Amino acid sequence: MLKTFPKGGIHPPENKITSGRPIRRLPAPKVVYVPIAQHIGIPAEIIVDRKDKVTVGQVIARSGGFVSSNIHSPVAGTVTKLDMVVDTRGYKKQCIVIRTDPKDPANEDLPEEMLKTEIAMAPEEIRQRISDFGIVGLGGATFPSHVKLSVKEDQIDCLVVNGVECEPYLTADHRLMLEKSQQILVGIRILMRALGVTRAIIGIENNKCDAIDLFRKEVAGNDGIQIAALQVKYPQGGEKQLIRALLGREVPKNGLPMDVGVVVHNVGTVYAVYQAVQHNRPLTERVVTVTGKSLQDPSNFWVRIGTPISDLLEAVGGVPENTRKIVSGGPMMGKALKSTDVPVTKGTSGILVIPEGEASRGEPRNCIRCGECVNVCPMGLEPHLLMNLTEKGMYEKAAQEDILTCIECGSCSYVCPSHRPLLDYIRFGKSISRQLATKTAQQ
Amino acid sequence: MTDSILNSIILLGALGVIAALVLYVVSKKFHVYEDPLIAEVEELLPAANCAGCGFPGCRAFAEKLVATEDISELFCPVGGNEVMKLVSETLGKAVAEKDPTVAVIRCQGSCEVRPKTSEYQGPKSCAISDLIYSGETDCQYGCLGDGDCVAACSFDAMYMDEATGLPVVITDKCTSCGMCVDACPRNIIEMRPKKKRDLKIFVGCLNEEKGGLAKKACSVACIGCSKCLDVCPKDAIVIENNLAYIDPAYCTLCRKCVPVCPTGSIIETNFPPRKEKVAEPTKAESDA
Repeated sequence: MLKTFPKGGIHPPENKITSGRPIRRLPAPKVVYVPIAQHIGIPAEIIVDRKDKVTVGQVIARSGGFVSSNIHSPVAGTVTKLDMVVDTRGYKKQCIVIRTDPKDPANEDLPEEMLKTEIAMAPEEIRQRISDFGIVGLGGATFPSHVKLSVKEDQIDCLVVNGVECEPYLTADHRLMLEKSQQILVGIRILMRALGVTRAIIGIENNKCDAIDLFRKEVAGNDGIQIAALQVKYPQGGEKQLIRALLGREVPKNGLPMDVGVVVHNVGTVYAVYQAVQHNRPLTERVVTVTGKSLQDPSNFWVRIGTPISDLLEAVGGVPENTRKIVSGGPMMGKALKSTDVPVTKGTSGILVIPEGEASRGEPRNCIRCGECVNVCPMGLEPHLLMNLTEKGMYEKAAQEDILTCIECGSCSYVCPSHRPLLDYIRFGKSISRQLATKTAQQ
Repeated sequence: MTDSILNSIILLGALGVIAALVLYVVSKKFHVYEDPLIAEVEELLPAANCAGCGFPGCRAFAEKLVATEDISELFCPVGGNEVMKLVSETLGKAVAEKDPTVAVIRCQGSCEVRPKTSEYQGPKSCAISDLIYSGETDCQYGCLGDGDCVAACSFDAMYMDEATGLPVVITDKCTSCGMCVDACPRNIIEMRPKKKRDLKIFVGCLNEEKGGLAKKACSVACIGCSKCLDVCPKDAIVIENNLAYIDPAYCTLCRKCVPVCPTGSIIETNFPPRKEKVAEPTKAESDA
């Protein structure tokens, strides 16, 4: 029996239609829009001005604090303006707009560099490098990676590498694992050195057998790195679920993986760490899956940060006529976009095109008390209760019922036979509860 | 037979006397003194329990009024000056006099002038949809049209206009309790002084984007052109972030700014119709 987390979870249709498509390189777009808030925490501070010439990898916005990250120019060109551009939620956010210089050789794709296995840096240097080179969690949460590495001595005993990719449709991590397995293993050793641990586990779901086999073959002789095949279950890619599945440790309520001696990094992040430490390349591009059943040529791409999503959609043969919804991220946790002008950010793992007929939400009806949402909640919460409490404005009671531990995976809304908008209400309740909590903390 | 009747009468009578004694002792021993003024003041208050004063209900407000020495900061917006005057007479404390206010909706983005560019399928609540995304139209400042303000109003003073998709305030019923102001996640609703005969002039837009973009999203948006600023004789208009605001403290309701607005985003209410000469440009502007 394969490992998995014990509480809740669902298994939606996988639809990983792009898992056989190698990652293609998307040429540098004419114009990139680089938002200054691409990570959780304080937005970066812009340090370039209009008409400045920038080159690939140059810092264009400096980290605004400890929980923040540098942002580097993804192209060589000229800063045309500092403008407001729509984000995934449709609100206008500060962006640096850079016009690519087509003549600059730096914009051409860099040749694949030789694998470099020798790690020359000391742990402290590695941490500094990861912080300087703008690396954040590429799984989607975009938490600055250096913060996760700032741990006390002997606090951590295991590094967990997240290759789960439990969201349906997305295959970016899967392809990366297949194509850059050796680099990822070096990246893991770099992170192990930075953390001072001797043990690492790569968790991969069993629907990616080729990646599991490949890693098993390559890891032979690499001491301390284990490969764990996991049962296919959503949301196994959640940090807390993954730790529970792999190590059997329960992250305490309101706690962090650090509290149980674990640090989790996504495979994409590990590859970015490898590039930064071994090849001095800051985080300026990432793998994005562009997928959807109605697309002509769905595929995976290496995309420069700041590329408008419309460019990506063009590369897969354009948006089909019957498209109803375009989602940034996966179908479970992704956000429906209002406009395709939204740029790719460090957290964009996929673009999903949903045709007419699959995009509509059912009309909400009354709760029939079937308890299905309670069954599937991976955090052991009672979504129906949290929704009712939020609807009635009983935020304090909702906070007592641990509304803040919800990971917003959306399993409850997915299974509800009455199509109740459980997650929408819980998310709202969370935001109010958090505000109340900060208010009480201030008093 | 008579014995049992007599016995039960004596027994019950004795029990009654004992219970009465206990109750008497308890009521004396645990007596809580309450200022009779509180009840008296509560009687004066409108009993709307709307929390517009900032206290949970009229009773709590009455307690606060009686307990506080200086009550000039406290005000019942529903009762207004009349009620506060009575409270002042009862308590012998000075109260502040405030101009009566009324809620205004600072958005004219009806379905006609502000086309929808996306569709929202989530719960019908402005607070939730504001959290999820910027709304069905391209204006990220305007009314979301899900009626949180209407739901918050406990005086039936608001309704959603089906045709425009915007809330409407029934000024006669509005008690200016301010619940709608708090309910609106976009701060569209403002309390403005009623002044004489409820005449009001205000900018019906909150779009802070540059003129072109604002106009593209909504044809009656304020584009920050500052034409109104130039004609205002009292310097009551400020323009900040491409958006004009008319300060009611300085505005004398001269109406000079209304016809010059190229997008018709300045709203005037309850004014008599203009004379022919002046009226024409206004109409032309608002049609444009």
